[in-house]
Amino acid sequence: MFRLGIAEISRALAAGEFSSEELTTAYLARIKEKDKDFNAYITLCEEQALSQAKAADSKRAKGEADLLTGVPLAHKDIFCTKGIKTSCGSRMLDNFIAPYDATVVDKFNQAGIVMLGKTNMDEFAMGSSNETSYYGAVHNPWNKELVPGGSSGGSAAAVAAHLCPAATATDTGGSIRQPAAFCGLTGLKPTYGRVSRWGMIAFASSLDQAGTLTRSAEDAALMLNVMAGHDPLDSTSINIATEDYTADLNKPLKGLKIGIPVQHFAEGLNADVEQNIRNALAEFEKLGATLKEVSLPNSHQSVSAYYVIAPAEASANLSRYDGVRYGYRCDDPQDLEDLYKRSRSEGFGTEVKRRIMVGTYALSAGYYDAYYIKAQKIRRLIKNDFDKAFTEVDVIMGPTSPHTAFKIGSQTNDPVTMYLEDIYTIAVNLAGLPGISIPAGLVNQLPVGLQVIGKNFSESQLLNIAHQFQQVTDWHTQTPEV
Amino acid sequence: MSISANDIAYIANLARLQLSEAEQQEAADNFKNILALIDQMQSADTDQLEPLSHAIETSQPLREDLVTELNQRDELQKIAPKCEQGLYLVPKVIE
Repeated sequence: MFRLGIAEISRALAAGEFSSEELTTAYLARIKEKDKDFNAYITLCEEQALSQAKAADSKRAKGEADLLTGVPLAHKDIFCTKGIKTSCGSRMLDNFIAPYDATVVDKFNQAGIVMLGKTNMDEFAMGSSNETSYYGAVHNPWNKELVPGGSSGGSAAAVAAHLCPAATATDTGGSIRQPAAFCGLTGLKPTYGRVSRWGMIAFASSLDQAGTLTRSAEDAALMLNVMAGHDPLDSTSINIATEDYTADLNKPLKGLKIGIPVQHFAEGLNADVEQNIRNALAEFEKLGATLKEVSLPNSHQSVSAYYVIAPAEASANLSRYDGVRYGYRCDDPQDLEDLYKRSRSEGFGTEVKRRIMVGTYALSAGYYDAYYIKAQKIRRLIKNDFDKAFTEVDVIMGPTSPHTAFKIGSQTNDPVTMYLEDIYTIAVNLAGLPGISIPAGLVNQLPVGLQVIGKNFSESQLLNIAHQFQQVTDWHTQTPEV
Repeated sequence: MSISANDIAYIANLARLQLSEAEQQEAADNFKNILALIDQMQSADTDQLEPLSHAIETSQPLREDLVTELNQRDELQKIAPKCEQGLYLVPKVIE
């Protein structure tokens, strides 16, 4: 029963095939047995999960169950969960028990899900391999020597290894889509502002967005139906009506115009990955879509601009961690400056400190115009490129990642090599657009992800496209033997 | 563009971080590569452009000036490292 997705579980619970308590018990046992190989979870919520499962079964017995009542789910450890440790993958918050629930968590609780636990992640969401976590690296269920991708590596590994049917995650530069590609999952990053960031620990506020890691597009749609919506507590959440994201899943794709960006098929893309992507594009042509080459001429600037903007915003967001009100505090501070400096230097890991310093530098007097303002102008160039492309095509497709999952420890020499992992995904965050990565092939038994980028608030269309692809291919059903 | 260990020490101080000499040197080396990456931006022609700080261009929504927050001080201070009588304690600042 732990090989089922959310939609299947929902139907099975409704049909009385098993109870939520049985399912939850099975997942908890499996996690305790298998997770030592993957390190996908930071915190297992055994007691709470069983109590939620029993409550769900009672509700069902009274005929009051909703679609997701009793369905197990895991949350990335970046979402505040009331009364439960929320670490953000960092020593800085190792002792932090969140005093409130994030809006995303609250919405899922209202929907009746069972929270299995909090998943591992790169520290403060800064990373593309889940190697920077204070709690140790996460291992890819397809091959334990490889990374699962990051920063939502724990959520991805948990779903891929059947340690939960689905998980929440976040994406600032590719942190949902790239792990989805490396782990053979469907990873959705909605339009910026579609999902509330209240209670979601901030990394880069103009880029962060909550999303989903699931086994199918249908499951992603079910989750988005719960997550999406305006939140007065998040002034960056958009006040546009939500829709039923499952409504258009079965629309035929005839007449869909797909843009293929020249720059995403250039130097650096692994030849086997490219072949898989081109095969996937051919499937879309069979479904009635047409392909058209488009240009995103400022693509090559996206990583540079991102590595000014994101660290700059992070340096501001992480200034709240000062050892005073919550979180890590150093022993025996001599004075206030010592309190700040040692709490922060001992509480944060190397990559986090590196990015805080890059951001501080970019915002400092004398460099602000050359770096921060320049990067914001490039951000406009990148958005303009997408706007122009979307006058010619409906969606843009290409590889999510230039290659398949790499070996743990193989990219820690030069941070820039790691930064280039997100070369196809980053521009989407800068422009605020929605993007989805879906399994589109295997190279040497490792998953390949196809990225689909849509116009603002086109999540229904992206999910429709993904679902139709998943009706005629079975890449998304491939799973490692775990 | 290169950056010295002294520059790193200055930046670290601004960010209230403390690095050992070895860490400062390593940071300076890494910075060199990161600066090379971000210096690529200089080749873009952005003269006539307005900076884009936020993908969805809207303005800050406003609300009625009414009290909506509850006083949760005791609850929120349960997780404080050091506090007394509702105040957070830090090393003495004023002589």
